[in-house]
Amino acid sequence: MSADWPILSLTIWLPIIGGMLVLAGGDKAPNITRWLAVIVSVATFLVSLPLWSGFDPATAQMQFVERAPWIATFHIEYHLGVDGISMPLILLTTFISILVIIAGWEVITYKPSQYMAAFLVMEGVMVGVFSALDAMLFYVFWEAMLIPMFLIIGVWGGPNRVYATIKFFLYTFLGSVFMLVALIYMYFKSGNMEILGFHGLKLDLTEQILIFIAFLLAFAVKVPMWPVHTWLPDAHVEAPTGGSVILAAIMLKIGGYGFLRFSLPITPDASNELDWLIIAMSLIAVVYIGFVALVQQDMKKLIAYSSIAHMGFVTLGFFIVFIIFARTDVTGGAVLGIEGGMVQMISHGFISAAMFLCVGVLYDRMHSRMIKDYGGVVNSMPWFAAFMVFFAMSNAGLPGTSGFVGEFMVILASFRADFWFAFLAATTLIVGAAYTLWMVKRVVFGEVANHHVAELEDINKREALVLGSLAIAVLVLGLWPAPLVEVMDVTVRNLLAHVAVSKL
Amino acid sequence: MNFDITTLIPVLPEIYLLTLASVVLLVDIMLRDDQRLLTYILAQAGLAAGLVLLLVLPGEGKTVVFSGHYVRDAMGDVLKIALFVTAFGAFLYSKDYLRARKLFKGEFYVLGLLALLGMSVMISANSFLSLYLGLELLALSLYAMVAFDRDSPAGSEAAMKYFILGAVASGMLLYGISMIYGATGSLIFGEVSKGVAQADRLVLVFGLVFVVIGLAFKLGAVPFHMWVPDVYEGSPTATTLFIGSIPKIAAFAMAMRLLVDGLGGLHEDWQGMLIILAVLSMAVGNVFALAQGNIKRMLAYSTISHVGFLMLGVLSGTPSGYSSAMFYAIVYAIMALGAFGILILLSREGFEADRLLDLKGLNQRSPWFAAMMMLFMFSMAGVPPTVGFFAKLFVLQAVVGVNLTWLALVAVFFSIIGAFYYLRIVKLMYFDKPDSDVALEAGWDTKLGLSVNGLAMLYFGMFPASLLSVCQVTFG
Repeated sequence: MSADWPILSLTIWLPIIGGMLVLAGGDKAPNITRWLAVIVSVATFLVSLPLWSGFDPATAQMQFVERAPWIATFHIEYHLGVDGISMPLILLTTFISILVIIAGWEVITYKPSQYMAAFLVMEGVMVGVFSALDAMLFYVFWEAMLIPMFLIIGVWGGPNRVYATIKFFLYTFLGSVFMLVALIYMYFKSGNMEILGFHGLKLDLTEQILIFIAFLLAFAVKVPMWPVHTWLPDAHVEAPTGGSVILAAIMLKIGGYGFLRFSLPITPDASNELDWLIIAMSLIAVVYIGFVALVQQDMKKLIAYSSIAHMGFVTLGFFIVFIIFARTDVTGGAVLGIEGGMVQMISHGFISAAMFLCVGVLYDRMHSRMIKDYGGVVNSMPWFAAFMVFFAMSNAGLPGTSGFVGEFMVILASFRADFWFAFLAATTLIVGAAYTLWMVKRVVFGEVANHHVAELEDINKREALVLGSLAIAVLVLGLWPAPLVEVMDVTVRNLLAHVAVSKL
Repeated sequence: MNFDITTLIPVLPEIYLLTLASVVLLVDIMLRDDQRLLTYILAQAGLAAGLVLLLVLPGEGKTVVFSGHYVRDAMGDVLKIALFVTAFGAFLYSKDYLRARKLFKGEFYVLGLLALLGMSVMISANSFLSLYLGLELLALSLYAMVAFDRDSPAGSEAAMKYFILGAVASGMLLYGISMIYGATGSLIFGEVSKGVAQADRLVLVFGLVFVVIGLAFKLGAVPFHMWVPDVYEGSPTATTLFIGSIPKIAAFAMAMRLLVDGLGGLHEDWQGMLIILAVLSMAVGNVFALAQGNIKRMLAYSTISHVGFLMLGVLSGTPSGYSSAMFYAIVYAIMALGAFGILILLSREGFEADRLLDLKGLNQRSPWFAAMMMLFMFSMAGVPPTVGFFAKLFVLQAVVGVNLTWLALVAVFFSIIGAFYYLRIVKLMYFDKPDSDVALEAGWDTKLGLSVNGLAMLYFGMFPASLLSVCQVTFG
């Protein structure tokens, strides 16, 4: 189906232009600024809804395609479109962005207009990343994303924010410039910058491996995978709550998306050749990082490490497909792996957002993220405690919540590949439960630790709205994931059929 | 010999510039100190009129006049337009600065215009002789501009260094030219390129080495870059602004005329030399810039690294490489103009904004100009959606296109290092508290100019095709 309306362009440019308006409004009337920002983000979400309702799940073709020449002499185009992989991620972006704007409502007092504008611009740019079908357009959005995030962490972050934000920027920049060279290389091979054209490009194994490594640098940093994950805990800890939410909920997904859109289809043979590397890195992330999370003293750091572990599932799900191919010759298991990874990405988007928002709620009141400063929060904040426990359970993968679905699918798929992969991956059910629930135990339950905790006020309506809507999302996805899986099914099968064919 | 006055039409821009410089000089003599503004207005109006002249001047294909010493072609036209625009910006930004320091003298504009004339001649040079004439006119004007603040020891020292090293470089260049002349028997580029095939290879390459050294000196490429940081630091910021931006356009033209028009037959030889220069420039420029506390020095090292990038486009030896280098040169001139313009904006009477720390907390003092500076910095670092990214992209595309992918990898590696010191500026502006709350003093004209300049970074970043197509037309 082609769109009568340029829905994707609207979803990209509405928040960016809205953000500029918010910026121009200045800080003289912060409430108007905030309302304007909320209106823009809600409007963007509404504009993006037809992507779901008008989506045709029966085809793997790109939908809502928009195409216009951009840099004609180099055959670089403004080419947008979505398939079953990118569409859910776009909706996740527009949904989470509203919550982030609301979550920053009265918390941000320093230059709120710049804060809101940065998030709105970032929303548009992230949608651009997910919908770009021209590699150069993708790269422009991909890099442009760094600028608002750099400012968000650096301006509104914690005490060590400068270190964290520069580390974040340089790490990501380092990863992506090599991808740029790979893209240029393929441009000379194919004569244009079409991502879908790259999919069919013939490349020999050496080329594929080099290109694969260039992509891996870019995406592994973004995901982040062990051992290039070290920017994430710093960035998360120092970022303001909204920044952490966007980082965990959406930016990390961009790395995962990159694997599906670039690495697997463009370099299938290299992916096949090097899948052991990714699988090993993923399993280390799942197991080792899980244990690292266990010993954290800082709640945000703990959730950050838990994010890395959860993202390990995503990459595991994406790259076990080759072993499943080799072992069973049935695509069913492979489909399960990739779809599990996708579900895990969406679900982690909700859950990590919720966890960071929970920590944000506490931090706004106590100005501490240290677990030891808390204890017995349930006594003064019963409603909050209910939410926090619920989200912690879903983070640990409790059946009935969305956290369970993705992990279960990936573990199931891993069994088809190798028992030991599945075994190692499944340890997360124990370790994940341990670190999350132990944190909840120390923070929420027990005796009231000190008089600060005793004086805490329960969440207000604004916070309840934010956490409540996330709770609904987590529950719906946990109990009835079928619509999401159906939307992506044809696309994933098509991708696998493509990946299964060697390019050599 | 029959003299046909119409043969002078292609040379009109240069004739016009010379006339303008002379008129400005004469008018300035008759003015009292408090009427000096007239000189400025005259110079600016002259530049604006010259720009119109360039735009309406008929020009098709390639015209060679003055017995082959002068050429008018599409590349020259575009570069001259860029020259006039950036010079207009440079005069605009420096006005308030010069006034606040009692340096608001007519000579600045006369010298500036003469430098412009020199660059214009370089751009249109079709022989070693006219190229050298233009180069010397440019260099002599710049030496004087560096020492423009007579009472500043740093300025005099910088001018002295610049003069001596510049003279050495000119000597090298001339020596190389004499070798090539000896081997090919001509000074005209067209003849030289024909003669290259039959000439003695050894003598030619020997001459080429000296020509490239001379060129590298003028460009400020490593290892011939020693003068750049000292000159940038020692000059009054108004002069740094001028030197740091506009001559890059002329230097690009010089490289094109010398290496491509004249010595295109030796492409394989100079390609290797330029690769060495480019890699060294990118490495030294980016790494040394990290350690600078003085922002003018930092920008000097940043220039060196940008020169390295620019050379990547030239050394690829393809039309798309040349047009990408041209794009880079023009974009860099505009970027540097803006970055130094912000420094001028921050300086005021009795206060020189030349330390990195002077940028602290700019976002609180003036969010708008902090945003503009941020655009300049991200553009220099090559982060989309600013135009600096596309400048780098096109150059990288050119080198990958000639199977020098490893060079592209080296280039992006050093640009990561480079990103750090640009980010540090953004960090100082946005994350730190200001030391003083003094409001920025600047006329509306400077502010308007800087805003246009900053937004241009974004505009050309979103629509790079507009500028790129202009550059590409010139190389067919």
